[in-house]
Amino acid sequence: MKNSSRRGFMGKAFGAVAGVGAVASLFAMKRSWDPLPSVKAAGFTTLDMSAYKENELVVEKWRGKPIFVLKQSKEMLDSEGKNMSKLTGKTTSEMDKKRLLKIGDAHYLVCVGLCTHLGCIPGYRPDKKNFLCACHGGMYDDTGMVTKSPPPRGLDIPPFKIDGMKLVLGESSPEYEKMLADGVTLKV
Amino acid sequence: MKELFILAIVTTFTLVTYYLVEPFAHSHMHKHHESEHFAYKDLPALTKKGDVARGKDLVMGAGACTGCHGIKVAGLSAPMDAVSSAAAYGVNPPDLSNVGVVFDPKFLASVINNPAHALMLEHKYNAKSGKTFPMPQFYGAGGDKSQEVADMVAYLQSIAVPEEKLTPNMAFETACGRCHAIHYEYNLNGKMHPAWTQIGETPKFKHTQDKLAFEMNVANYNDSLIKYLGKLPPDLSMYIRSRGEHFISTFVENPQQYLKGTAMPRVGVTAEAAEKVITHLQDVGDSKRHKRESVGKNVMIYIIIFAIFAILWKKQVWKELH
Amino acid sequence: MAHFTKATSMHDWLNQRLGVDTLNRVLATEYWIPKNINFLWAMGMILAITFGILLVSGIFLLMYYQPNVNLAFDSVNYTIMQEVGYGWLWRHVHGVAASVVFLIIYIHMFTGIYYGSYKKGREMIWISGMLLFVAFSAEAFSGYMLPWGQMSYWAGMVITNLFSGGSLHADGLVEWIRGDYVPAQAYLNRFFMLHVLLIPVAIMGLIGLHFGALRIPHVNNQDGEEIDFDVESKKYLAGDTKNSKVIRFMNDFLAKDMMVVGIYLVFFFYLVFFHYDFAMDPVNFDPADGLKTPTHIYPEWYFLWSYEILRPFSTNVGLIAFAFAQVIFVMLPFLDRSPNTVPASRRGLFKYWFWAMLIDMIVLTAMGKVPPIEPFGTIGFYAALTFIGLWIALPFITKFEKKV
Repeated sequence: MKNSSRRGFMGKAFGAVAGVGAVASLFAMKRSWDPLPSVKAAGFTTLDMSAYKENELVVEKWRGKPIFVLKQSKEMLDSEGKNMSKLTGKTTSEMDKKRLLKIGDAHYLVCVGLCTHLGCIPGYRPDKKNFLCACHGGMYDDTGMVTKSPPPRGLDIPPFKIDGMKLVLGESSPEYEKMLADGVTLKV
Repeated sequence: MKELFILAIVTTFTLVTYYLVEPFAHSHMHKHHESEHFAYKDLPALTKKGDVARGKDLVMGAGACTGCHGIKVAGLSAPMDAVSSAAAYGVNPPDLSNVGVVFDPKFLASVINNPAHALMLEHKYNAKSGKTFPMPQFYGAGGDKSQEVADMVAYLQSIAVPEEKLTPNMAFETACGRCHAIHYEYNLNGKMHPAWTQIGETPKFKHTQDKLAFEMNVANYNDSLIKYLGKLPPDLSMYIRSRGEHFISTFVENPQQYLKGTAMPRVGVTAEAAEKVITHLQDVGDSKRHKRESVGKNVMIYIIIFAIFAILWKKQVWKELH
Repeated sequence: MAHFTKATSMHDWLNQRLGVDTLNRVLATEYWIPKNINFLWAMGMILAITFGILLVSGIFLLMYYQPNVNLAFDSVNYTIMQEVGYGWLWRHVHGVAASVVFLIIYIHMFTGIYYGSYKKGREMIWISGMLLFVAFSAEAFSGYMLPWGQMSYWAGMVITNLFSGGSLHADGLVEWIRGDYVPAQAYLNRFFMLHVLLIPVAIMGLIGLHFGALRIPHVNNQDGEEIDFDVESKKYLAGDTKNSKVIRFMNDFLAKDMMVVGIYLVFFFYLVFFHYDFAMDPVNFDPADGLKTPTHIYPEWYFLWSYEILRPFSTNVGLIAFAFAQVIFVMLPFLDRSPNTVPASRRGLFKYWFWAMLIDMIVLTAMGKVPPIEPFGTIGFYAALTFIGLWIALPFITKFEKKV
């Protein structure tokens, strides 16, 4: 009796030891499926926002997608206010806050540079201060708002976090969450 | 009998499902456009008979066509190489050697008269946009303008290869090859042809430097194209399978009816040349089509025999069971 | 140790060591099948043969396929389709078989539902069959990634996004599955592994289980009649084959199977050579491009019904409905409360349930493919509600079914 219960105990103990090994190897397997460090590192892009010039579009890259960065000039901010308030009846400052990022004293448009219609890459026209998609003629203003169809919505804004004069793309922040909640952009 | 009834039910439900997910669904996804058989009804017909000799003078005249275009068969190369031309005009102006056979004469005349209209690019080049098409309109050389245009067309037709000598790859190169690449090698009459880039066939390279220099030229040329057209026109290697014959021929005939506002011009090919372009795309992207058909026929014959023998075997085995 | 004698023949030599006579008897000549069956009972054999076709054609595709995002598309569309001798044949056979196998699976499934072949001891046959359905779905999806065309890429994007769980925002899980933020090299490589190794091994194991599960309860018959296999097989062996209710697997059942297989193969090869676009979507002959979305994104036809259950609802409700649709078929033996194991035609309300379910799934399939414009959006919405409603109603209508 004593003997057999001891055998039973050892059997269970052996099972437990085997189980520990199985769980440990499962952990290794899970880790092997994780994105590689090199992939992870490429998932965050840090931009130094002090380097950009007003009304000059710079195309950065984030997670395989083109990212437009456009620093707004005073004149652009003013004209936007006028356009927008005509459209919506809201004041300049309200509208600016919606799509633009205020970093330091300046305002920036930071968005995914893919037309929301069929994913072509729109071109920026500094003289007219707007984006034109050459594929199907969609147009966006200098805040990435759509002004001429076919695109269904404005240019999407990637998750961002403002850190002094640095901007980290790929990391969310309360400012970005607010944009999502306000429906300014879809989740990218 | 009962089994046939069950088979009828299974077949009916299968066919209904097939109909709904294929013809029915696709009719709601893509608009169907009938071919106009490359008639170009909107372009005016050529009424005057052209004179080849006068046409030659007009084409070769100072400040005329050869200011930008080369004519290889006449021994004239283009004033600039493809890459610099593209940098200057957006795209390399075509060599005129074979345009007389590839393009419809009505279309050629219209291109000379008013390129933006003939190419259906007036949405891009108009008074409002303030942009003009890189190729200037022909305002006449002092005489009867429509006669002059007819003369030029006649000349271009006279220097082109005869229609039966126009090979599928020549048709493709003249009609599509300055904007579209085909990165697959292809077999033409038993001979392998190298891949096509927008600036010509990819040569064989001895030195890495030559290869890099060529690739640099292609990249520069394509950059100009992107600036000019908004994006790089697609590589057409697999278009015969991804788009199919009907789409390609009706699209080429009138790109705007499929993609309103597209930068792709109406190409203006004749029906015969369009057919050759399609043949070329088949040679490149579906080169085993003839084999597939012949093997298919033989396999069908075999498999029907197989089925007959299977039925006979079943009948024999089941005689004992019923 | 067993006693071995000097073998009198090759057969005897093998028989002493492997027991081939016993095997042959147990697996073939005295594996008893009811006689009262129709051609729908041959779907299992058709599936086995189609799986074999997939395996063989897959082996030849594997020899030139390159699981690399830069090379995959051309290795399929240029190397295999145009350079390798008969490479185009393997590709067409593989692509068409992958689509047709689901047609046969659905016929096989609905045959089981119609004749009640998931009850009275046959529950494990049904459950292992549904596991096979899941495994085949995973195999089809992972295989669809490999040509790395536009549909591969965007189907991969959309389907893996489902794992974010809507408002749960489990983006970490999605990225874990992909091995990247978007489908890329890591993603292609792991789905290649799943497609050519892990899932096929699982499928073969499940096929073994599915066959094993048939052994004790035996194959059902057209009238759901309970057959005494001992008595009937003795009758057969005594020579009264005409009156016995059972037949041998080999040659009797096999001969009928092969007849149906022969007719099926005529249909199959017609599709392979002359009508393949339904299985090899033209859009997938455009190379994958993460910067350009195709105008219409839809799954292959066999996933459309469950895709449509997802689509008409808001994100979260849609995902719950989708999850419901994925598991509910497995529960069929337990949701059907009726004691009757007879064809649906003799089962009162269940008869209407069966045809309503079949038609509803066809409607869902159709609506899953058309663009979400009216009236299709509304039809799809009500068809999805009908699907859920039918399953909720099933236990009630079967509970009050009269015993036949």
